[in-house]
Amino acid sequence: MEQKNNTLLVYTLLYFAFLYIPVLFLPIFSFNDANYMSFPLSGFTTEHYEEMWAKTNLHKALWASIKVGIVASVVSTTIALFAAKAFARYKFRGQNISYGAIMIPFLIPEIILAVAILVIWLSLGFKLGLVPVTLGHILFCTPFAMLILIARIEGFDFSLEEASRDLGENAWGTFYRVSLPLYLPGIIASLLLSFIISFDEFVLAFFLTGSDATLPMYMWAQMRFIQKLPHVLALGAVIIVFTTFIVLLAFWLRNLGQGKDKAEFGIKIHE
Amino acid sequence: MLQVWKSFYARSDPAKAYSLLSPALILVTLAMLIPLGLMLSFSFFTQTSFTEIDYSFTITRYIDFFQSNLLVSLLIKSVKISFIVTFVTLLTAYPVCYYIAFYVKKNKMLWLVLLTLPFWTSYLLRVFSWKIILGTKGVINSSLINAGLLSEPLTFLMYSETAVIITLTHAWAAFALLPLYVSLDKIDFSLIEAARDLGLSRLETFWKITLPLSLPGIIGAILIIFIPTVGDYVTPALLGGTDGRMLSNMIQAYFGKVNNLPLGAASATIMLITVAIVTMVVSYTTKKLTQRIS
Repeated sequence: MEQKNNTLLVYTLLYFAFLYIPVLFLPIFSFNDANYMSFPLSGFTTEHYEEMWAKTNLHKALWASIKVGIVASVVSTTIALFAAKAFARYKFRGQNISYGAIMIPFLIPEIILAVAILVIWLSLGFKLGLVPVTLGHILFCTPFAMLILIARIEGFDFSLEEASRDLGENAWGTFYRVSLPLYLPGIIASLLLSFIISFDEFVLAFFLTGSDATLPMYMWAQMRFIQKLPHVLALGAVIIVFTTFIVLLAFWLRNLGQGKDKAEFGIKIHE
Repeated sequence: MLQVWKSFYARSDPAKAYSLLSPALILVTLAMLIPLGLMLSFSFFTQTSFTEIDYSFTITRYIDFFQSNLLVSLLIKSVKISFIVTFVTLLTAYPVCYYIAFYVKKNKMLWLVLLTLPFWTSYLLRVFSWKIILGTKGVINSSLINAGLLSEPLTFLMYSETAVIITLTHAWAAFALLPLYVSLDKIDFSLIEAARDLGLSRLETFWKITLPLSLPGIIGAILIIFIPTVGDYVTPALLGGTDGRMLSNMIQAYFGKVNNLPLGAASATIMLITVAIVTMVVSYTTKKLTQRIS
């Protein structure tokens, strides 16, 4: 370990400021009694929050985002759980190629995924809407979910499962009584983080929703009109608080029952 | 027969692994590979009217792309902006990761969680925050005008390449921080101490030991920042104006109001090929570099 280095410490703190301050302007201006977001602040108001409650389109969009988010997070976590188990448990031919293929949606520009799904959806003659958005989100969330779950499952003592099988439990019983309780914190973390990714996702939704707006789509539409901005700020502030809470909860769960060194952070980066 | 299969299955790791992987592989095939294949074939078609497409094979869309000054310049600009963003993000994030890996003794996890937390808040909202900051009536301009330092707002802040670069550097920070930290944290500190004991200066130690050993993290960061930012849509659309427009904005237009699906598909394909080339070049250079070091 190095000794002290105050220059680096100051730099690191400034970097933190750079990361955090921009995000904090949303909540600050959401309480500002003006239509423009400029200094000096003109007065405190909760009017923008009241205005937000009154928008029925917003409620519709919120509900759409919740539905898509729940389906996307449950399906992608389920698919990712099987895949993570395969990578953590077995060595096999084609391992790297399979891993790469599943990770691609996380790596390539989202607009390319969006365009590809749009083209096939239209060619099949299907209607745009929340279904293709959900499909896109499942594809996009699966690699994230898999990274979280691999980090959890790796180092798991698989002889526990074998012991359970030897003692006469069937596959389902072993999964339900032995594996699931041990994986559970990782599974819940994956569900929560996948939900947040889907809830905030914009580009896929932008290409694929048609007329059923999700919440980010709703915000996008409002951002163009300066007079509608204040209630978007209020909405944004609520979303930021909500997201932060969920993510902290997920981080806490993920590290539950794991050694300090094992639980590196949300995403385990493979080389 | 079933018995034979069962006993084969019980002994075969690959069979078990692939049955566990099958849902993920089916998903990737149906929702990504086949759609990408179809997108590729669309790039060889022709849009004849607003609703009709001629499905005969032609490479004219690619010729159209490379004959269009606008499209070629947008492609170059997208790559350029991405490169700058990748470089700036790496350079600014590296010291932070170095500090956490080598100086922070307690609660490293907490530092990392705090560093990556803003990344989880909505991308759209983070980009939008920069609009609040950089706008003509935004935080910077209104503060400077109020302080009497300016009489007219600074216009270059908003709707420019600079705005896009600043915003993307902020938005993708976590993607540099994570891989850099992982690779720095893995370094055995006794190696660094040994180098210093043997008389290398701090700078020499950094060049000869720390930097080469953190190379995997640097490469990882380059790839996971460069690839998605080439295709970023939101930031240039909200903050780019005409100066900071990128290729994605045109792709969106081709699938939207311009309605030229084949040319949009060709543009997306060209973007994908560009990304693939950069990935290969970066991976190849790394291989050579690591061979030379070890």
